[in-house]
Amino acid sequence: MTEKLVIIGNGMAPGRMLEHLLDKAPDRYQVTIFNAEPRVNYDRIMLSPVLSGEKAYEEIIIHGDGWYIKHGITLYKGHKIVAIDRAAKTVTSDHGVTEPYDKLVIATGSVPFIIPVPGNNLPGVLTYRDLDDVRAMMLAAQSRAKAVVIGGGLLGLEAAAGLQAQGMDVTVLHVMPTLMERQLDPAAGYLLQRAVEERGIKVITKANTQAITGNGKVEQVELADGTIIPATLVVMAVGIRPNAALAKEAGVAVNRGIVVDAGMRSNDPDIFALGECAEVNGMVYGLVAPLYEMARVAASQLAGDEAAAFVHSDTPTKLKVTGIELFSLGDFADGDDRQEIVLRDASAGVYKRLVLKDDRIIGTVLYGETADGAWFNDLKKKQTDISEMRDTLIFGQSYQGGAPLDPMAAVAALPDDAEICGCNGVCKGKITGAITSKGLTSLDDVRAHTKASASCGSCTGLVEKLMVLTLGDTYNPAAVQPMCSCTTLGHDEVRRLIKAKGLKTIPAVMQELEWKTSCGCAKCRPALNYYLVCDWPDEYADDYQSRFINERVHANIQKDGTYSVVPRMWGGVTSASELRAIADVVDKFEIPMVKVTGGQRIDMLGIRKEDLPAVWADLGQAGFVSGHAYAKGLRTVKTCVGSDWCRFGTQDSTGLGIRIEKFMWGSWTPAKVKMAVSGCPRNCAEATCKDVGVICVDSGYEIHFAGAAGLDIKGTEVLGLVKTEDEALEHIVALTQMYREQARYLERIYKWAKRVGIAEIKRQIMDDGEKRRAYYDRFVFSQKFAQVDPWSERASGKDKHEFRPMASVGFAEAAE
Amino acid sequence: MTWIAIGTIADIPRRGARCVATPHGKIAVFRTADDEVFAIEDHCPHKGGPLSQGIVHGAAVTCPLHNWVISLETGKALGADEGAVRTIPVKREGERLFLALEALASRAA
Ligand code: SRM
Ligand SMILES: Cc1cc2nc3c(=O)[nH]c(=O)nc-3n(C[C@H](O)[C@H](O)[C@H](O)COP(=O)(O)OP(=O)(O)OC[C@H]3O[C@@H](n4cnc5c(N)ncnc54)[C@H](O)[C@@H]3O)c2cc1C
Ligand code: SF4
Ligand code: FES
Repeated sequence: MTEKLVIIGNGMAPGRMLEHLLDKAPDRYQVTIFNAEPRVNYDRIMLSPVLSGEKAYEEIIIHGDGWYIKHGITLYKGHKIVAIDRAAKTVTSDHGVTEPYDKLVIATGSVPFIIPVPGNNLPGVLTYRDLDDVRAMMLAAQSRAKAVVIGGGLLGLEAAAGLQAQGMDVTVLHVMPTLMERQLDPAAGYLLQRAVEERGIKVITKANTQAITGNGKVEQVELADGTIIPATLVVMAVGIRPNAALAKEAGVAVNRGIVVDAGMRSNDPDIFALGECAEVNGMVYGLVAPLYEMARVAASQLAGDEAAAFVHSDTPTKLKVTGIELFSLGDFADGDDRQEIVLRDASAGVYKRLVLKDDRIIGTVLYGETADGAWFNDLKKKQTDISEMRDTLIFGQSYQGGAPLDPMAAVAALPDDAEICGCNGVCKGKITGAITSKGLTSLDDVRAHTKASASCGSCTGLVEKLMVLTLGDTYNPAAVQPMCSCTTLGHDEVRRLIKAKGLKTIPAVMQELEWKTSCGCAKCRPALNYYLVCDWPDEYADDYQSRFINERVHANIQKDGTYSVVPRMWGGVTSASELRAIADVVDKFEIPMVKVTGGQRIDMLGIRKEDLPAVWADLGQAGFVSGHAYAKGLRTVKTCVGSDWCRFGTQDSTGLGIRIEKFMWGSWTPAKVKMAVSGCPRNCAEATCKDVGVICVDSGYEIHFAGAAGLDIKGTEVLGLVKTEDEALEHIVALTQMYREQARYLERIYKWAKRVGIAEIKRQIMDDGEKRRAYYDRFVFSQKFAQVDPWSERASGKDKHEFRPMASVGFAEAAE
Repeated sequence: MTWIAIGTIADIPRRGARCVATPHGKIAVFRTADDEVFAIEDHCPHKGGPLSQGIVHGAAVTCPLHNWVISLETGKALGADEGAVRTIPVKREGERLFLALEALASRAA
């Protein structure tokens, strides 16, 4: 008979436990989970990349909804357990659900510590623990105002870097004299502070917060020495406490955390605890590696293996802030019985320190260069006697035994049991073993099978080196996701080969690049069609059957199968006759909905497909052309009224917007392109969240790019300042062409820019006049073939089969 | 079995589809890259999307609304999705195409 297993909390620890349990005893339990957070299990340690905008929430989900369904697990999302009745063996949630258990697992994690100062509950004071906190921070960041992060530890610094990436002005307050003092010695703490400050984040150490004040919401933070720091957002990241209150109320033994034995069992034999809420051998933990070990043990115990026991091991700490390399392990305090070896290289910003006791490593701090971390960790774990290599130890593994080795050789030299992935405790042998025995060829496969580099990702480089060592040349570390399952090639490779081999039709691409399917799929065909349109504007015959329906019929399909029609209104400007023509069309075709769009023009919705050509014919009479509201192409150029009308306008922003739109309309791009021109820095056209934006200033035109305001919100980067309208147009066109030639299909400008680098784009467009001109010329050439109004073409009969049924079968015949 | 003429194969673009209007709703008639012809209801099993407007690849079509992939041969959703649309027998005689009338009529029942 299956037993009932109930789990309280759906964090990383129980998630891992279930994976092991499903492996070991798939049918033994009927599992029910209650999670106070209204969501599935996600990778909490990747919240910082979500905050900084480097990842989306969807990318950090560990178990999607389907996983629970597949394994028959009931997950109550947004249900907080408020009582455990140990006598009746039930738990009850705040929504009133009561569930009986045979075995109960408590995995309630931690609660962030809130410093007891006045004002700590004002709106605008947040902690940093879950996705809701991240969303609240991202929302607050939209104001681009000032943030104060209290706490200069791992979490605080990651929050600070994320908020800064979101455009906030950030100050970190840290009560100790140096940052991350629990993981770093003062020298490394100092280097870290410098690196953080170099990014524009202010750091105040020895900062004793006295009060948070404000009228109804946070306005400032006051320190004990009288310093006042203005802030609209305060993030407290000062530590965590095991979340053990629920267990305590139920009479389960609790000390700092829920007290469990080495088998993760509490004083009630049917109740287990694991994760940050558990205390084992007097220790509580706050990093995933030991929690995963707990998960393994708890799963074994639940599967009936009573010998499984938790063993403590030190976990290295790394900071997940791009560009800051830091590694800390074990005990690095000074002491009479200890010696240290230090290496400093000021010009390279490198600091390394090893703490030794009895010729064994007991602690390591590495800053600026951390490649040897895994090796030092291994020496420490095995308690290797290092006296033989003492003189060269600090220089790392590659210096041992004569001539320096390259990094690849260093990885090759690691023993099979050297830990590669600290988060998941995966050693070298397990990874190389899985690659060979399971025939793994991609990083994703290795992640899926071994979990190595699947959590924080900081060991990805090492894992890739292992793949190169094991697979030889067949593994290309730069290998990217294939375009789709029809090919093994990635987008960049396909784009390169189209040019290099002069491939000019979709069948030619599929033949030459050895497509695995006969005629592609809905993912690769539109991409290939775009690449060919872009690369061979004069020679390639657009393949309409490879376009998404919207681009095939030049209107947007709606949920009921009708279409919407959005004509261009250049720069958002219209006239009485245009409005009258729209009104007439709306009446004549009984169009049910007319709406002003977010892009400064008018949308007519609910038009029958058969009517489209006639609607376009009428609109065309009034001078309208297609607004390409459906296209991966130039959409709108929003403008403000500018110097013609506005008392603050510095240039003719409306005029420039219209000029850009008239110059660039009709062009196909990898993803949609939206632009805006504002007449002064007040920025009423919202140019700083567009793919390309212009802010007019007295001295000229400040060109912005790589903004976004849809799925992601991101302020633009500044490309540069130019003096004249002509120059502005040339730079914008060149930038767009560079994007057209390089980006992957469906990749918006901001994502492309992140991949190739803002600096590189500036170099090619701002500094290299020749390159810029060449891009510009190629765009102008391709416009010769692209600037054809698709509506007038279709109103005069092109593709007419698209708009009519092939035949109609009448009632009489059908009823026979 | 009664076959109703609906036109010729040339009326449908390769890797494309056309509709046939009937009193019981639209039928989508597809022509693949290698000139096979299939007919299914123009109504996605997911949320009723017009399958005739999707991208045709191999003997399958990707729905334009939410990208389900439907097999033209069986009418079944491929991959992880579950559902099916009815298929309607089509016959080709030379260039001319015919739909099975009974199949159309019985839809209403
Ligand atoms: C009509 C409009 C809403 C409105 O009533 O105001 C609209 C309607 C649609 N938007 Fe939008 N978006 C409209 C302005 C915007 C804006 C605001 C803007 O452009 O200033 C944004 C945020 C800015 C941005 O893009 O960064 C916006 C971000 C999106 C996104 C998210 C894109 C992203 O990469 O983040 C999508 C989804 C997509 O493209 O995949 C989307 C997709 C859509 C689609 C095409 C959904 C679809 O695939 O069917 C909607 C088509 C409805 C239709 O048939 O007309 N729409 N959409 C706006 C048309 C503007 C225009 O005149 O062309
Ligand atoms: C921003 C951030 C970055 C981090 N970075 C790293 C890192 O780089 N490396 C690393 O090793 N670790 C890192 N950590 C720590 C790591 O995420 C945690 O150690 C780990 O997630 C804890 O797992 P858990 O399962 O114990 O608890 P959690 O993942 O916290 O899950 C506990 C869950 O229980 C739910 N819950 C609580 N009470 C109840 C109740 N009464 N009823 C129902 N549900 C309840 C909560 O809502 C929560 O979802 C980071 C943490 C954060 C917040
Ligand atoms: S936000 Fe855009 S995509 Fe979403 S419903 Fe509105 S129009 Fe459609
Ligand atoms: S209606 Fe076809 S996929 Fe949703």
